[in-house]
Amino acid sequence: MADSRGGPLVLGIETSCDETGVGVVRGHTLLADAVASSVDEHARFGGVVPEVASRAHLEAMVPTIQRALKDAGVAASDLDGIAVTAGPGLAGALLVGVSAAKAYAYALGKPLYGVNHLASHICVDQLEHGPLPEPTMALLVSGGHSSLLLAPDITSDVRPLGATIDDAAGEAFDKVARVLHLGFPGGPVIDRMAREGDPDAIRFPRGLTGPRDPLYDFSFSGLKTAVARWIEAKRAAGEEVPVADVSASFQEAVVDVLTRKAVRACKDNGVDHLMIGGGVAANSRLRAMAERRCEDAGIRLRVPRPKLCTDNGAMVAALGAEMVARNRPASAWDLSADSSLPVTETHVPDPHAHTHGHAHDHDHFHELSKDNLYS
Amino acid sequence: MLLLALDTATPAVTVALHDGSRALAAAGEVDARRHGELLLPAVDRVLTEAGHKLAEVTDIVVGVGPGPYTGLRVGLVTATTFGAALGVPVHGLCSLDGIAHASGLTEPFVVATDARRKEVYWARYAARPSPDLPPARLTEPAVDRPAEIADEVAGVPAVGAGALLYDTVFTGVRRDGPEHQSAAALAELAARKLAAGEELLPPRPLYLRRPDAQVPANYKVVTPQ
Ligand SMILES: [Zn+2]
Repeated sequence: MADSRGGPLVLGIETSCDETGVGVVRGHTLLADAVASSVDEHARFGGVVPEVASRAHLEAMVPTIQRALKDAGVAASDLDGIAVTAGPGLAGALLVGVSAAKAYAYALGKPLYGVNHLASHICVDQLEHGPLPEPTMALLVSGGHSSLLLAPDITSDVRPLGATIDDAAGEAFDKVARVLHLGFPGGPVIDRMAREGDPDAIRFPRGLTGPRDPLYDFSFSGLKTAVARWIEAKRAAGEEVPVADVSASFQEAVVDVLTRKAVRACKDNGVDHLMIGGGVAANSRLRAMAERRCEDAGIRLRVPRPKLCTDNGAMVAALGAEMVARNRPASAWDLSADSSLPVTETHVPDPHAHTHGHAHDHDHFHELSKDNLYS
Repeated sequence: MLLLALDTATPAVTVALHDGSRALAAAGEVDARRHGELLLPAVDRVLTEAGHKLAEVTDIVVGVGPGPYTGLRVGLVTATTFGAALGVPVHGLCSLDGIAHASGLTEPFVVATDARRKEVYWARYAARPSPDLPPARLTEPAVDRPAEIADEVAGVPAVGAGALLYDTVFTGVRRDGPEHQSAAALAELAARKLAAGEELLPPRPLYLRRPDAQVPANYKVVTPQ
């Protein structure tokens, strides 16, 4: 079908958090990446408010689909499939995207692919650097996730090596920014402040880096508390808080642990490629330190441009296109949004469909994740 | 005219196809927690049963609530996305009006649905000469604690799950009246209004409540005092 033109033409919808993203890709080529963000509406709450995000998704859904198609210069009837983030994410927010994707696919008579948000974060790099090496090591860091994943096949085999045991890396940035009165979101502003500061000024703790600690798991809660205590001590003593030095030293602690563990995971598993994705991948110090450490270790680093690292529809379309290209089974019309979809479930195929290749065989009992959905 | 009606503002996930004079098929289930899973298969069943394709639909009608938000949005985003894909108009109707139309009541009455958190969504309707005529709503849909509106609704004929749930307040409740929404009634009402040249509502949700969100209190100090 689509291969003669450079791969399957797929539209992807992403609504797992506060960005309504719709992307269009043809194979490994990005054609459109339309995003409507509700981040400004959340700023005064100091974090994403699920109901505010869900309302914004409903408002933005159809206009964002139409903008993506217009930007891509393709007709909806030419699409080979519709992909959507089925999870993980905010339950009510996911449901808006999943419902829209189902309606769109049904109305156009196209197959529907419910895909995993984390696998999409990895797959988006195909739009930047071409086909993913197999296996690929991935470090995903954002306000919602901090994971080390080994991906032998992005459409069917993604293995979690480690994850945060408390706060996500991006959350720690938000919280430290709040203590420093720098506003929300914290990542970009701390990155900016840190450029004027000394990363070695204060030695903040590196969580889970002791000899008996889990090799690939992360912890940022202790670091966050240590930073807050340090700042409070300064304030209590009537001294001025050196915002630039605190920002730089905090950022250094986060980035040090992330890159150290990611490089270690590559070496231990004999993987010579590392991809970094998620919103925190836009952090300039993370990029710089990862580059240096990967180079020292003989590892090829792949980091997509910042706009593709944050949540977007193009990443979902990229994984959807790969599903079509590899003949993975489509999803059923009763596809559910699963707020806690495990990363091992790269997509949610129709459980009754005849399957090609080594498709999944998991049971789908998603009732647990819906406990707080309809309150 | 081939009208597809759907509503997810009440625990019912309900879909109907209407040709302007009668409902051709209807389907649905009552399950307040599975609107997202149940709606598309119900649309598919209704179209299959009536022997039509979605592409033949000329108008889409959707209940805009009020209703619990998560479920309500499923119907609205499905309707507006269908509309965009097919290039057909999407009309909104107050979900309470659909239940009112299905009530068959001719004397003044109220409709109340369950708003959760010990509240109801409700509105008052005028007397009508015949149960076939569209109901005339007298008040804007509102969300209230039953006790706060007790004086206004006591003894007044009432239908809907909210009236059934708080029958000590809605003392005129009709137990044989419709409990949840029926898309067939909604479609019927829309067909009449469209035929009469009436403008329906835009397909936008009636939430009636602000999102639950607290601006965080000032930063909490972590050092021991
Ligand atoms: Zn993400």
